[in-house]
Amino acid sequence: MSAHLRVIAPGLATSVQDTGRFGYQRFGVPTAGVLDRVAMAAANTIVGNEPDMAVLEMLYLGPTLEVAAGSVRVACVGLGAGMEVTEGQTTRQVPALESARLGIGARLRVMVGRNAMSCVLAIEGGFALPAVMESRSTFVRAGIGGFEGRALAAGDLLPLALEEAEARDEVRLPDLDLALPSRVRVVLGPQDDYFTPSAIETFLSEPYEVTRAADRMGLRLSGTPLAHAKGYNIVSDGIATGSIQVPGDGQPIILLADRQTTGGYPKIATVASADLPVLGRVGPGTKLQFEAVRIEVAEDLRRAQAGIEAGWRQQLEPANAVKGVRDASLYDANLISGVADAWMGDQLD
Amino acid sequence: MGTPRATWVWVGRENELAMAEQGFAVEPRFLASGDTALVVEFGDRMDRHISALVLNLRRRVQEAGIAGVGEAVPTFRSLMVHYDPLVIHARELETRLMPLIKGLEAEALVGQRWLFPTCYEGEDYAPDLADVAEAVGISSAEVVAMHASVEHLVYMIGFLPGQAYMGDLPDVLKLPRRTSPRIKVAAGSVSIAIGQTTVYTYDSPGGWHIIGRTAVPLFEPTRDRPALLSPGDTVRFVPVSRNTYDDMQAASAEGAFDIDTLRADE
Repeated sequence: MSAHLRVIAPGLATSVQDTGRFGYQRFGVPTAGVLDRVAMAAANTIVGNEPDMAVLEMLYLGPTLEVAAGSVRVACVGLGAGMEVTEGQTTRQVPALESARLGIGARLRVMVGRNAMSCVLAIEGGFALPAVMESRSTFVRAGIGGFEGRALAAGDLLPLALEEAEARDEVRLPDLDLALPSRVRVVLGPQDDYFTPSAIETFLSEPYEVTRAADRMGLRLSGTPLAHAKGYNIVSDGIATGSIQVPGDGQPIILLADRQTTGGYPKIATVASADLPVLGRVGPGTKLQFEAVRIEVAEDLRRAQAGIEAGWRQQLEPANAVKGVRDASLYDANLISGVADAWMGDQLD
Repeated sequence: MGTPRATWVWVGRENELAMAEQGFAVEPRFLASGDTALVVEFGDRMDRHISALVLNLRRRVQEAGIAGVGEAVPTFRSLMVHYDPLVIHARELETRLMPLIKGLEAEALVGQRWLFPTCYEGEDYAPDLADVAEAVGISSAEVVAMHASVEHLVYMIGFLPGQAYMGDLPDVLKLPRRTSPRIKVAAGSVSIAIGQTTVYTYDSPGGWHIIGRTAVPLFEPTRDRPALLSPGDTVRFVPVSRNTYDDMQAASAEGAFDIDTLRADE
């Protein structure tokens, strides 16, 4: 017997994504990959996967899926996200950052937060899908990777790697802050010299709002127009994920996973890689305030973030822990830091 | 203003002189593109000498196998080196790149030479041919003859998978982009603008002048080398009849197109 998730309703733009497709950009192939790398790593950790295993990413409106396998273990992560699970006559809510085991025939509705752009759903064991050019990420515009190179559609049968979820208790990851930081850190350049000094000052002092033109390609922002010092056309140059290009109208665009590999607009700055996941998470209407940091600071931020992620597996706690008890245990753990892990481990068994 | 600058020129006085001796037309600069990519910029224009430096450096970077460097993406005038900030710092990467840049030669890479059978006929396959001829003041037949007479160098690939930016067009054929871009340009369209030629690999919006159509399968995700063209390759467009194109297109659609028949030197 093979294991699947049957797509009852696909949502708006639900696709299979992993960390992205690297090594093919010089052939014009965008990296694609998940918008919110932190959410992906967290969801995978919660269901017991390696952090970079392919997940389902959904934008704005999540899918309804039916379990066509013995059982599956899932977890969703996103700003304000959650799941509604219907088994037989019973419907229950499962919050984000918590695993749930669903039996055959169960229906799962994933809800993207009201003010969010994306959330992810991880499935224990992942998908039985082939890697295309070394990645399972979907790049829809060219029909590459993921499930048939496209977003999910009603009736699709998404093949799973495991026929049964492992028998174990459900867990949750406490205290993961998914909110937008007060400042989005950027490194100026590579074409900051194409802008007037006052444009750079404006860019770093005034808020820029994420418009409704926000998708896997990028976020079009709206705010005080940024004046170019020497035109808005450059001879094509490479683009990195997080590059902030400014076309002729002076409104910045933050380029995300499905960005082109090269482009001909000057880029005023590039988002620090540690702050990229949150930009793939928050939605239209969000006001962004940029802060320029030195490249060494951006590198340190990323390393600090990786350090936090490395500790998640030890922080998992039973999903049914009572809130008050959990808070108390954390408080105690703080008092006796250093032996906190061992102490909590004893309590949780 | 006290704003931290990410843009810096790395070459010291000594290096600068060494570079001048080695015939560098433009002093290369390192430009940070966040904490995951470093640009080595050789100039701000399209130029074969600059392009050769970029493409040679790309090959050297790949051969050097620097830990943490994933890939390097060449453009007309710069190389973007993508790296993993958890493995290597930008400053360290610069140090590793410098010796690769130092002895760099502007000798043109010898890439694969390709022949692309192209139908330059009809309103459907060559909708802008007559307009181009009129704009530059020669006949359509002369436009075709000129376009087919030169070897087009693949400077870079971008926009969509496998889509090559080739140059240079004979001066007579240099035109700006169309004033109104098309919402849909068919895959396989051979198009010219701003002194360059491109072949659209997918149906997509486009603002270039379409003067022909080719059935060459430029990008196949499941092929060993998904993109047919690499920077440094050259392409000669060979005029063929509508019937020949249609037969080739049918073969291409069935996945039966033998790309080895397109190699010029075999």
